[in-house]
Amino acid sequence: MTNKKDLSAKERIKKPRNEMLLHDAKERIKHFEEVPLGYTWEAARDEAIRCIQCKKPLCIEGCPVTIDIPAFIKLVEEGNVNGAAGKIREANFLPAACGRVCPQDKQCEAVCVVGKKGNPVAIGNLERFVADFERSENLNRMPKIPKKTGKKIGVIGSGPAGLTAAYELCMKGHEVIVFEAFHRGGGVMVYGIPRFRLPLDIIDEDLKLLEEMGVKFYYNMIIGKILTIDDLLENEGFNAVYIATGAGLPKMLGISGENLNGVYSANEYLTRIYLMHANHFPEYTTPLFQGKKMAVIGAGNTAMDVLRTGKRLGAEVTCYYRRSREEAPARTEELEHAEQEFINFKFLSNPVEFIGDTNNFVKGIRCAVMELSEPDESGRRKPIPTGEEFIDECDTIVFSLGCNVNPIIVDATPELHVNKWGIVMVDNKTFHTSKKGVFAGGDAITGGSTVILAMGQAKNAAKYIHDYVTGSFNYELEVPTDPNTPGIEWSGRFAKGKR
Amino acid sequence: MAGESEASKHICKTSSKSIYGDYMQDYKILAKKELCPWTYHLKVSAPLIAKKILAGQFIIIRPNKHSERIPLSICGWNRDEGYIEIIIMACGRTSREACEKNVGEKFEDVVGPLGKRSHVQKYNGSCVLIGGGYGTGAIIPTARDLKSTGNKVIGVLGARNKELLIMEDELREVCDEIMVTTNDGSAGTEGFVTHALQNIMDHKTVAMVLAIGPVPMMMAVSNMTRGKDIECWVSLNAIMVDGTGMCGACRVSVAGETKFACFHGPDFNGHHVDFDELTKRQKMFMEKEQLAMKAFKEKGK
Ligand SMILES: Cc1cc2nc3c(=O)[nH]c(=O)nc-3n(C[C@H](O)[C@H](O)[C@H](O)COP(=O)(O)OP(=O)(O)OC[C@H]3O[C@@H](n4cnc5c(N)ncnc54)[C@H](O)[C@@H]3O)c2cc1C
Ligand code: FES
Repeated sequence: MTNKKDLSAKERIKKPRNEMLLHDAKERIKHFEEVPLGYTWEAARDEAIRCIQCKKPLCIEGCPVTIDIPAFIKLVEEGNVNGAAGKIREANFLPAACGRVCPQDKQCEAVCVVGKKGNPVAIGNLERFVADFERSENLNRMPKIPKKTGKKIGVIGSGPAGLTAAYELCMKGHEVIVFEAFHRGGGVMVYGIPRFRLPLDIIDEDLKLLEEMGVKFYYNMIIGKILTIDDLLENEGFNAVYIATGAGLPKMLGISGENLNGVYSANEYLTRIYLMHANHFPEYTTPLFQGKKMAVIGAGNTAMDVLRTGKRLGAEVTCYYRRSREEAPARTEELEHAEQEFINFKFLSNPVEFIGDTNNFVKGIRCAVMELSEPDESGRRKPIPTGEEFIDECDTIVFSLGCNVNPIIVDATPELHVNKWGIVMVDNKTFHTSKKGVFAGGDAITGGSTVILAMGQAKNAAKYIHDYVTGSFNYELEVPTDPNTPGIEWSGRFAKGKR
Repeated sequence: MAGESEASKHICKTSSKSIYGDYMQDYKILAKKELCPWTYHLKVSAPLIAKKILAGQFIIIRPNKHSERIPLSICGWNRDEGYIEIIIMACGRTSREACEKNVGEKFEDVVGPLGKRSHVQKYNGSCVLIGGGYGTGAIIPTARDLKSTGNKVIGVLGARNKELLIMEDELREVCDEIMVTTNDGSAGTEGFVTHALQNIMDHKTVAMVLAIGPVPMMMAVSNMTRGKDIECWVSLNAIMVDGTGMCGACRVSVAGETKFACFHGPDFNGHHVDFDELTKRQKMFMEKEQLAMKAFKEKGK
């Protein structure tokens, strides 16, 4: 083996990218095991060599939690995976999950300098490799916890935003109590993202770590119902509260037949399967009516997950999307994996009616054929009906049109400002809401985005929550009151990729 | 068990006491009484829910780790002693499993309080509260609230026969008057609750009706009161999963609009509910239900 230190940047860039092996599509659609196999040691080191250790690395800016990417990759190259894991953990405590579900193609890898000429360094694959190695070798992940401050913080929701806030605040010595509405933790990572993309063990290991660090979890606790934020702040002795309740209110199509039997929201379909294990019926008794011909409306990540889940449950699945493939909001990789898995796509097809039989079960879908208009000022091409229509048979329909924000907390906390979509309004810098001592983050303030953005926001909010409970919170707050204000967007570096 | 992760076995449901209080509820069954064959009245420990629950709200239970989540009405609570009271009829696999729990055993999960409080105000006329099956228990808290708001409250309960009549004494306690009907005349007046309602409407000014029970009954009550200057509320028992508005399984059509029963309801204006759709949606998983029951019996329980 050549001594890698001697390799010049040019030589490094010339090396081809190491792709992960994938389970064969014909086989993988028969089970729920993970699709990519992960790197071997050799592949990981070979990939690490491709990083040219830029003087001014753009990838760090491209990462919402600012992992020191070149540093961890260097440690992998040197064979010090333990060190690499520690490096990642300084910034991200859910690396195994992020390595799998982050849209690297729009973040760190999109700005990777190596990628300017060829393919970017496979940062996500490397992150995943390091995190998996850490788990399989049982490396010690337990951080050193500082002395208790005596301050108590309530975190509402146990998705990535809630877990990250819990971790960060625990690391500052505060007592953290997480309240979760469901009977288990993880949020959308459990009841949305499928097992063939994110195995349960990965999430549960991280929940376990938090428990070991002293974070307390209380399940079946719907805040706003069983306890309100006012209860927490006024009667229960909490010094601050962090709202991380996600989006979670499915948008409806508003077309005829949407309440037919066999028509589900993506949330219902995925929850029945991944939270309630309906695919193991009747060992688990949550039922699912899974038809043989399934139509899925939408082409985002969630839609891809529904399509691929339906395929694994034996259905013939078709995706209906009113724009073209170009505009599909799903990650490129997800779209490709779906295409590999024998899923049909009908682009430029806009559902206008679901057709039912006499027992109210769905039996068909009527679509309008669309075409794209000329780009408007914003460069966006609108789908417009051509006047043509078609009808397809189907016995299950799942609609995946995104979510609004669940209003339970807001209804119970009138002082919270929300916009017209129910998104919780926060001060841009501190994530403080319009109610004193209450902060918010994740999908609840964006209206549906990604695991990593939820984490990034939680990390930032944790700093200000710490300031708040320690009495050094002196900021001019600006919480929007205009109901037309959009949710928070990431101001970091996004690639001008397709979106 | 298939499905769950290895690591999840090590995740505990936190139960340690914090200095400020304990948010852990253990959902233990404190008392159990058979009301009639396959119908039980249970007192379940859930101190936090008991503290907050209001008339008309409901809970979701998951009796065992492998169970689905099912919504249940509440027929009472004790805020000081920290329990809630429910009536369960063993009509399917999950309710059957819940019924088979004995005093001292626990439900895996109980979530609540869910949904909105029943509409309560002072009316110019009598309030008629009609219960069928489990609904006989479910109308009790609202009856109590209406009465304490200064209303005249008439309770109507019906069953097929005397043996199946439940919660009569408890209902009597919170109403000014009650009327009992049985299909075969073995107790009270022979006939249906709708006959009793007609009778009341013929003789008194009725301002408001609340019906809880089987869909055909709620539909009949809604039809009878339509166009008569009578407010008609029904509590809809749609199929649910989370009970918080997250999934939309509980969709119902009310006045042509899609509503979520768990979140916008469970009480809706009966005059505007699409009962036909509700009936059909309730049958969505009938085949699966039979399979689950079969598997249950084969387990030799
Ligand atoms: C099918 C699907 C696939 C996705 N794929 C990806 C992907 O590949 N990559 C990616 O980065 N992102 C993906 N996302 C998005 C990502 O999962 C979310 O952006 C992220 O989980 C948001 O985190 P959060 O913590 O804000 O909210 P959530 O994960 O939604 O967690 C919120 C938690 O709060 C709980 N809660 C809600 N209300 C209350 C209450 N009143 N009291 C107590 N608890 C409450 C909920 O039960 C839930 O556990 C996907 C989403 C879906 C639905
Ligand atoms: S039960 Fe899920 S939204 Fe009502």
